[in-house]
Amino acid sequence: MTIQESYARMGGNYDDVVSRLRTDDRIKRFLLKVADDKSFAMLCDMLAERNMSEAFRAAHTLKGVSSNLSLTRLYDSACAITDALRDKTEYDPAVEPLLERVKADYALTIECIKAID
Amino acid sequence: MNKDKKSTILIVDDSEMNRSLLSDMLAEDFNILEAENGAQACAILQEHELEISIMLLDIVMPEMDGFETLAMMNNKGWIKTIPVIMISAETGSSYMDRAYALGAVDYIGRPFDEHTVKHRVMSNHLLSVKQHEMAGILSDQVYERERDNRIMVEILSHIVEFRNGESGLHILHVATFTEKILTRLLAITDKYSMTQSDISTIVNASALHDIGKMSVPDAILNKPGRLTQEEFEVMKQHTVAGDKMLMDIPYRSNEKIIKIGREICRWHHERYDGRGYPDGLKGDEIPISAQVVALADVYDALTSKRVYKDRFSHERAVEMIQNGECGAFNPLILQCLRDVQDDLKKELHEASPEHSTEKSMREHVEKLLKYSGSDISERTIRLLERERMKFDFFASLSRDIMFEYVVSPEMITLLPFSAEYMELPEKIPNPRKSELSERVFMPGDFDKLMSRLYKTTPKHSIVEDKYILNIRGERKWNKVVVRALWTETEDGEPTLEGAIGKCIDITEETEEIQQLEVLADKDPITNLLNARAAANKISKLLAKAGDKKFALVFFDLDNLKRANDKHGHLFGNQLIKAISERMLGNTRSTDICARFGGDEFVIFMQYGEDSLRHQVDRIFKCLTKELNGFPVSVSMGIALSDDCDGNYDTLFHMADQAAYAVKYGGKNAYKFYRELSSTPLADDGETK
Repeated sequence: MTIQESYARMGGNYDDVVSRLRTDDRIKRFLLKVADDKSFAMLCDMLAERNMSEAFRAAHTLKGVSSNLSLTRLYDSACAITDALRDKTEYDPAVEPLLERVKADYALTIECIKAID
Repeated sequence: MNKDKKSTILIVDDSEMNRSLLSDMLAEDFNILEAENGAQACAILQEHELEISIMLLDIVMPEMDGFETLAMMNNKGWIKTIPVIMISAETGSSYMDRAYALGAVDYIGRPFDEHTVKHRVMSNHLLSVKQHEMAGILSDQVYERERDNRIMVEILSHIVEFRNGESGLHILHVATFTEKILTRLLAITDKYSMTQSDISTIVNASALHDIGKMSVPDAILNKPGRLTQEEFEVMKQHTVAGDKMLMDIPYRSNEKIIKIGREICRWHHERYDGRGYPDGLKGDEIPISAQVVALADVYDALTSKRVYKDRFSHERAVEMIQNGECGAFNPLILQCLRDVQDDLKKELHEASPEHSTEKSMREHVEKLLKYSGSDISERTIRLLERERMKFDFFASLSRDIMFEYVVSPEMITLLPFSAEYMELPEKIPNPRKSELSERVFMPGDFDKLMSRLYKTTPKHSIVEDKYILNIRGERKWNKVVVRALWTETEDGEPTLEGAIGKCIDITEETEEIQQLEVLADKDPITNLLNARAAANKISKLLAKAGDKKFALVFFDLDNLKRANDKHGHLFGNQLIKAISERMLGNTRSTDICARFGGDEFVIFMQYGEDSLRHQVDRIFKCLTKELNGFPVSVSMGIALSDDCDGNYDTLFHMADQAAYAVKYGGKNAYKFYRELSSTPLADDGETK
C-alpha cells in the first residue's frame, strides 16, 4: 500500500501532511515512529492507575503526534479525550467511551501504517 | 548558510517525535542539541550558553514547563542573548503574550510545517545575529525607548483608571478588543487604508482614550448616582480635554501616535448616526480608530461591574450592542464584532486551562525582576559601566594593592596592577589555601584577617590592621583596610557577600617614624642617648631587673670650660665627641651611654659582683687619657641598682652625690656611693 492509500484508509489527510513535511520519505520515517510512540500505551496505563495528570499528558502527546502527521481521525479522538482529561483530578467514567474511540482509531492507524510498503 | 560553521540550536520538547521532526527539518542548517524538559534545557544552557544561537521551546512539559524555563532564562540573563521561539499548539494570543512578555521572540504553531519552521528559525536567527552586530548602539536605544514608551503609556492609563475607580483591566481590555476588531476589519474590507503597523499604533493609542478625565472634578467623575445635566456637560468635556492635552505636547504634533491619540480622545463618544459628542460627527467622518475604540469602551463598560450597574454577560453585551441599545455603530464594525465574538469571549473572559499557573508565574517573574535585578535596563548597565570605568581609572593611578573578596564561591580578585606587583594571579580561588595566604601573608595573619572580617556587622563593616606582607622578596609593612559588603536577604537577615580592600605600603612611613623616634632620643653632637631617652630605658631595665645587677656611672668633665676658653668652642665639641667614642668603645652594646647635656654623662651597665671595680677602673682610665695633649679629667660617681629599690631617680641621685663628693674632694677620680661616709640623700639636693 502506498502512503497515500494508507492515509485514505486510516482517515488521515495526506495533502496536509505532504504540504508540511514535504517528502514521502520523511512522512514514512515518522509514521514508523508513531508505531513506536509510547503515549498511547501510557494513556491506557495511566487511566488504569487513575493517575489523571499523567493520563492528560499522555493524551496531549498523542494529540500532538497525530497532529504532526495529519492523522486526522486519531487526532480528533485524541483531542476529545485530552479535553475531557484537562484539569481533572478524579477519574470520571465519562472518559471510557472516549478511550474506546481512541483505542479503535489507534488500532486502525497502526494497522494502516504497518501495511505501507 | 555556511555549512562548515553551523550555528547551534537547542530544541526543548518533551515529545521525542516533535524533537526528531524539528531536528530533521533543521539538521541541514544547524547543529542540534535536544532537551526533554526545561530543567534539562537549563542544564544545557548553563554549560553551553555561548554556543547556543537560538532555542525552540515547548510550553507543556513535565518537570519544568516553557514559562518556567523562560523565567529562569530571565533570571540567568540568557534571554538577552538567546532568541527563543515558542512551540505551541495553543494559538490563543494571551498565551503568546505571556511568552512574549517573558522574552520569547516568536512562535511556531503545531503541527509543524517545514517551510514555516525553517523560515521562522532562520529569520529569527539572522535577526539575532544582526542585532548582536548592532549591539550597544541602535537596538539598545530603540528597545529602551520603546519600552519606556509602553511603560509611560501604562503608567498614564493606570493613573486615569485609578482616578476613575475602574479596574486595572479596562485599558487592557479596550486594547485587546480594538486589536481583534481592527484585524478582522482589515481582513474583510480595504475600505479603510490601514496597515498592520497602523493597527498597533491605534492599539497603543487606545490606552489614552480617557486621559481627558484627569480634568474632570472627582465629585462628578466618581459620583455614584445619575449626573445632572450640568455635570454631564462637564463630563463630556473629557473628550475635548484629552485632545487638547495631546495637542499641547510640544514638538510632537506630527507623531503618528499623537495624531491617532487625539482622534481617539476627541471622538470616542461620537455616534455613527451623528448624535454623539462633542462634535456630532456622522458616519465615516469619525475616524475608524475612534469608532472602534468607542465600541470597545462600550463593550467593556457593559461587561464590567460599575458603581451604578452590575456586569452583563458577554453574550448579553454583544446582543445589546447589535440591537442598538448602547449607541449607533458602523455596520461593518458590528459585523466584525459578530465575526470575532467567540474569540473575544475566550480572550477576555476565559482563562485557558493552563492559565491557572499564570498568576503564580507572574508573581514569580515580578519577584525576579524585583530582587535579582535580572531586568537591568541598558541604561543601568551603562551607568554601572561608567562607574566601573571611573574605578578602573582611579585604581590605575594608585599604587596601592586593591582587591575584592567574594564569600561564595570563595575567591579573591586582585586588580591587574596589584596582581602584577604581588606576582600573583588576578583570580585567587580558595584564598585561605593559596600563595596569598601562605607566601604573602605571615603564617596565620590571613586567617586572622578573615576571622575579623566575618566578625564585622553591617554597621561596623570596616577592618583595619597592620600586617607584614612578603612582596617581591621583601618584607613590607602594610596597612590593610577591608570593608565588608553586607546585604540583606528577603527575610531581612544580613548576609556577608564579600568585601573590598586595600593594602597600603607603610614601610617607609614606619621606618621614618622609627627614625624620628630614634632621632628624638639622641643627643645631636655625640649620637649618645639624651637624658630623657636614657631615663626611659633605664627605668624599663630596672623594672624588670630581677636578679640582674646594674650600675649607674655618672660623671662630668672637670675642665670643659677651660678647654673651650683655651682652644675654642670647636675643640670643646671635639672633646665631647671623643668622650662619647671612648664611652661606646669601652661598654657593651647592651649598656646605655648617654649625654645629659653640657659636660655630664651617664653609663648604665650590667655588672658581675666581682668585676665591677675593675670595669669602672678601666672605663675611668680610658676616659681620662689625654686628647691631643690636652689633659682630660672627670669626676665620676657610681651607684648600684641594689640600693635604689628599682627607682631610677634614687639611683641617679646617688651616683650624682658620689660624683659631687669627688668634685669637691679634688676631682679626676671616681667614687662609689656606698663608699661615701655619710651624706643624707635629703640634704644633697640643696648642696648641688
